[in-house]
Amino acid sequence: MTTDTRVGSTSPGPVLPALGNPSRSRTIRDQLARVVMWLAFLVAVVPLVWILWTVVSHGAHLLMESQWWTNSQRGITSRRAGGGAVHAIQGTLIQAAVTAVIAVPIAVMTAIYLVEYGRGKFAKAVSFMVDILTGIPSIVAALFIYAVWVTTFGFQRVGFAVSLALVLLMIPVVVRSTEEMLKLVPNELREASYALGVPKWKTIAKVVLPTAFSGIVTGILLGLARVMGETAPLLILGPYTKSIATNLFSGYMPTLPTMINQDRTELGQAAAVERMWGAALTLILLILLLNIAGRLVARFGSVKK
Amino acid sequence: MSTITGVTAADETPTPTSGSPLGGDAAGTGRLGDRLFGGLATGAGGLVVALVTLIGLFLLWQAIPALAHNEASFLTSREWVVGGDHPRFGIVELLWTTVASSLIAMALAVPVGVGVALFITQYAPRWLSRPAASLVDLLAAVPSIVYGLWGVLTFRAAIRPVEDFLQSTLGWFPLFSKTGITGGTIFFIGIVLAIMVLPIVTALSREVFAQTPVAHKEGALALGATRWEMIRTAVLPFGRPGVISASMLALGRALGETIAVTFIVSTLSPGNPWSWSLFNGGETFASRIANNAAEFDSPQKTGAFIAAGLVLFVLTFVVNAVARIVIERRKAFTE
Repeated sequence: MTTDTRVGSTSPGPVLPALGNPSRSRTIRDQLARVVMWLAFLVAVVPLVWILWTVVSHGAHLLMESQWWTNSQRGITSRRAGGGAVHAIQGTLIQAAVTAVIAVPIAVMTAIYLVEYGRGKFAKAVSFMVDILTGIPSIVAALFIYAVWVTTFGFQRVGFAVSLALVLLMIPVVVRSTEEMLKLVPNELREASYALGVPKWKTIAKVVLPTAFSGIVTGILLGLARVMGETAPLLILGPYTKSIATNLFSGYMPTLPTMINQDRTELGQAAAVERMWGAALTLILLILLLNIAGRLVARFGSVKK
Repeated sequence: MSTITGVTAADETPTPTSGSPLGGDAAGTGRLGDRLFGGLATGAGGLVVALVTLIGLFLLWQAIPALAHNEASFLTSREWVVGGDHPRFGIVELLWTTVASSLIAMALAVPVGVGVALFITQYAPRWLSRPAASLVDLLAAVPSIVYGLWGVLTFRAAIRPVEDFLQSTLGWFPLFSKTGITGGTIFFIGIVLAIMVLPIVTALSREVFAQTPVAHKEGALALGATRWEMIRTAVLPFGRPGVISASMLALGRALGETIAVTFIVSTLSPGNPWSWSLFNGGETFASRIANNAAEFDSPQKTGAFIAAGLVLFVLTFVVNAVARIVIERRKAFTE
C-alpha cells in the first residue's frame, strides 16, 4: 500500500527550478512534524519497555525455582516467601478452556450468520449488538452474571460463573475476527460448491470453514489471550484460595490475576511483592504464548487468495 | 452472468463490517440440514442480541429496589452508605473521577496515538513500520492488572515530581489546586489509562490512514506540498472519522477499566471536602464496585453497586454507539 511519497519534499529536483523549494518556514514545519512523529513513537514504546523490564527483572528469579511450577501457596502467609503458582496457573487455564468451549460455537455461528445468512434489519441489529458487547466493561459483564447466577438463581460464587462472564467478553472478539476471515473466502469456492449441487450448509461446513480455519483459530487464540488477563470478573465471581482447586462448580478457584490481587494490601512486604511480580510475569508469558501461537497459525495457514 | 445465488462475483466487495458477500437464502435448498444450520446460525445471532438486552434489563431490575430505598439523591449525592435501614448513596463523585480521569487519558492518548499511527503509515522506513506496529500492539497484550501493579509500585514515583511541579506552578487554578494526596490521583489514573488505551487509538487510526487513496496523497505532493502538508490536507481529513471512532472506543475502554484503577486509586474517607482538583483521590465506578465485591451480601447492598454498574453500562453504551454511528456514516460517505 505504501508508495514512495518523498518526491515533492525531499528531492525538489533541479530540473524544474521555476517551482522552487518550499519556503523556509514550510520546510521547518515539515521537519518539525517528522520529529514529532518519531517522538510520539518513542513515547509509546517507553512504557512498554519499562513495564516488561520491571516485570522480568523482579519476577524472573521466582520463575526459575522449580517449586514455582510444582507447588501451590497452601499454608504460606503473605509475609513469607516460597510456594508456587501451579494452583493459579491451573485455575486460569481451566477457566479459559471452559470459556472457549462455550464462547467459540456461539461466536463462530454468529459470524456465519452475519456473513452467510444475515440480511436486513436483524443482521444490522446483531452486528450493532456485537459492537456494544465489545465495549462492555468487564466489571459490568461480571455484575450481570452476578445478578443472574447469585442473586436470581441463588448459586454460589464458583469458577463456572467466572467462565460465563468471560464468555460475554470473548464472544465479540471471536465474532469479529471470524467474520473477517469468512469474508476473505473467495466467492468462487462457494459458487463452485453450489454448482455441484451441494446444499448451503454443507458448503459452509465443508468448504468455507476449512478454508478460513487457520484465521478462525488465530482469532480464538487472541480472544483467549484477552480473556485470560481479565481480573474484574474474578474479583466479583471467583474469590482466591491458596490451595489447588479444580472444581468449577463448588468452592473457590485460584487464578493468576486473583493471586496478584491477593497481596494488593501487602505492598510493604517484600515477599508478597516478589510473588506478585512472579505471578504477573507468569500471566504475561501465558498470554504472550497464546499471541505468538495465534500469529504463527495465521502465518502458516492463511486463506489462499 | 448471474449465478445460482443471484449475485455475480463481480458484485461483491467485502467491506469491513456489513454487506455480506453472498446473496444468501436463495442458495439454501430448504432441506432439513439447511434449515437446521441456518436456524442455528440465526439463533446464535439472536442470542447475542438477547444477551446485551438481558444485561441492561437485569441490571435495571436489580438496581430499582435499591434505588427505591435510597434516601439520598442518586445523581447528586456524594454519600455512599449502602447497608442498614437508611441507605444513602449517590454517584456524583464516582462520575467525576471516572469522567475526569478518562478525559485526561483521551487528551494524552489521542494525540500520541494519532502521531504513532502517522509514524507507522507515513514516516517509518519500510523495515520498521511492521515491527513498530506489533510493538505498539504488544501494549494491548499486557494484562491490565500488570498496569496496576507497575503503576502503583514503579510508575507512581516517576509522576510525583510532575504533579508537584504542576501543583506549585498552576496551583491557583482549581483543577490543579494542592491536595495532600500522595497515592494515586485522578491525574495519575488518567496517565496510566492513556498508556492502556494507546494501542486502541493507534490500531484503528493506522488502518484508516493506510487506506487514504494514493491519488489524494500524490495529488497533494504534485501540487508542491511538503510531506507534512500532504498529511494535513489528504491523510488527516480522510482519516478523521476513523480517528473519532477510535477515540470513542478508547474512551469506552478507559471509562470501564477496573483492576488497574483499583490498584492505583486512593479512596477518600467519607465526609471529605469536595475538590475540583485533579490531584485529589477518589474512586471510579469500576473501582468502587471491585473494591467492595466482598460486601455483596444483601440484595440492598448489591443493588446499590449494580445501580452504579448500570450507570457505567449506559455511559459506555452511549460512547460505543456514537463510535459506531460515526463509522457507519463514513462508510455511507465513501461508498
